[in-house]
Amino acid sequence: MNMPATKIEVETATPAAAAAPVVAMTPKRPPRSEAYARMARETAVRVIPPLVVLALLTLVWELVCRRAGSALPPPSRVFKDTKELIFDPFFDHGGIDKGLFWHLSASLQRVALGYSLSAIAGIALGVLVGQSVWAMRGLDPLFQVLRTIPPLAWLPLSLAAFRDGQPSAIFVIFITSIWPIIINTAVGIRNIPQDYRNVAAVVQLNPLEFFSKIMIPAAAPYIFTGLRIGIGLSWLAIVAAEMLIGGVGIGFFIWDAWNSSHISEIILALFYVGIVGFVLDRLIAGLGKVVTRGTATS
Amino acid sequence: MTAYLKLDHIDKIFTRGAATTEVLKDINLTIEKGQYVSIIGHSGCGKSTLLNIIAGLTTATTGGVLLENREVNSPGPDRAVVFQNHSLLPWLTVYENVRLGVDKVFARTKTKAERDAWVMHNLNLVQMAHARDKRPSEISGGMKQRVGIARALAMEPKVLLLDEPFGALDALTRAHLQDSVMALHQKLGNTILMITHDVDEAVLLSDRIVMMTNGPSARIGEVLEVPLARPRKRLELATNTTYLKCRQRVLEFLYERHRFVEAA
Repeated sequence: MNMPATKIEVETATPAAAAAPVVAMTPKRPPRSEAYARMARETAVRVIPPLVVLALLTLVWELVCRRAGSALPPPSRVFKDTKELIFDPFFDHGGIDKGLFWHLSASLQRVALGYSLSAIAGIALGVLVGQSVWAMRGLDPLFQVLRTIPPLAWLPLSLAAFRDGQPSAIFVIFITSIWPIIINTAVGIRNIPQDYRNVAAVVQLNPLEFFSKIMIPAAAPYIFTGLRIGIGLSWLAIVAAEMLIGGVGIGFFIWDAWNSSHISEIILALFYVGIVGFVLDRLIAGLGKVVTRGTATS
Repeated sequence: MTAYLKLDHIDKIFTRGAATTEVLKDINLTIEKGQYVSIIGHSGCGKSTLLNIIAGLTTATTGGVLLENREVNSPGPDRAVVFQNHSLLPWLTVYENVRLGVDKVFARTKTKAERDAWVMHNLNLVQMAHARDKRPSEISGGMKQRVGIARALAMEPKVLLLDEPFGALDALTRAHLQDSVMALHQKLGNTILMITHDVDEAVLLSDRIVMMTNGPSARIGEVLEVPLARPRKRLELATNTTYLKCRQRVLEFLYERHRFVEAA
């Protein structure tokens, strides 16, 4: 009984399906204002909740620290004390008496140098360890031990070796951020599907082409995971390292503020450190998204 | 009968530590130019291993593969493979996936413009030219396999190796792709070696069906000629006595004489 009925249904469905794309094409783009309104709504949904939480926390902080004799200044005090620093980040009175922009930029330069070195060396070593069983057997135990050494433990040794603060700080960044890059790259290389290797073999890619056309794109999601952890660690390490080596830099700025009992300045600096760390993380994540488009979903 | 591809006394023994497993034993097979040969057998009988040996992705323990009387023992574009799970590189577009092989094979013999035209020609052959700028994640499983076929064809292989090419597809898409492969074989006259576990597919597509016994130590149990005229039409064959007889022979081999025994 059912059979003829379904058959008719199928037959009538065919012309409708053929016409469907035409129907789908007819509605015009929604007007601009509507699109803007939707975008504004979406932004509001993401921006408003954190702003509300931030306002509440500031309020609590203000109430808690307002009483006379409290150890930490309330937000209103912080703002009053650091107004000059906030509104003029570019002053330069010589020595280490500079605006926050210069401190942050000095720290960022150190991180940029150390991190670039560790990205290059880390990916190279990761490829080696991922590709060669013997390299892994030889190097992996070494890496596993070395990576647990806290960043600052390297500082005295590097100061002894370089006899200067600047290269020592860069070395600490390098040695801190290289491990996750090596380990993640190696995992990525080891996880390249055999299928891709077979394709490369049939097409007869030479080792260099295999490296650039198969290995790096296939391992890119892993590599960027390592790079992202790495940038976070290097930003963690730079502040600590700068406290010890001195000179211009956000780390020493904090230490200096502590020594002069400018607690408000410390709070402001922490705020900036957090924002910059967040931006760095997003930067690498965004870069990873662009580079690995398509790779993650195979 | 001139041997184009010749499998000569191939044995394959896997060794893991002290344990050795003989997977393939004394495989002999000659394939003529332009023939469509299927290898059928239960899973685990080593048919994929055999294909890998022909492709050069693994080496035979003894014996060898001769292509036009020359031994081949490393992978190369003259024996292009269409892999079961398409194996397209997800970071490249459809066009770039095909272009990758073309650039290597015709690096010296074709100009850039010719290579571009050749890629598009092969995408047209499998009706995928419209998706040239899509990434594999944006097209369906059947389309991916079409691109995989185009990639292999574009290398102008002497032998096209198909490793269960339709295994991962639904029945309708599979039938559609089988028809496409048949049409391509008709048009281009390639020599094709296909691994399959689908009896209908083997009878429909092949000139000869190579039936393998169960492993370990799988051998060629029987070779069946399929004397059906081409072009073959799926619907007409459904009642064709020759077709049904061939099908019967393969079924008997697989389910009576060499029934699949579940490994204990």
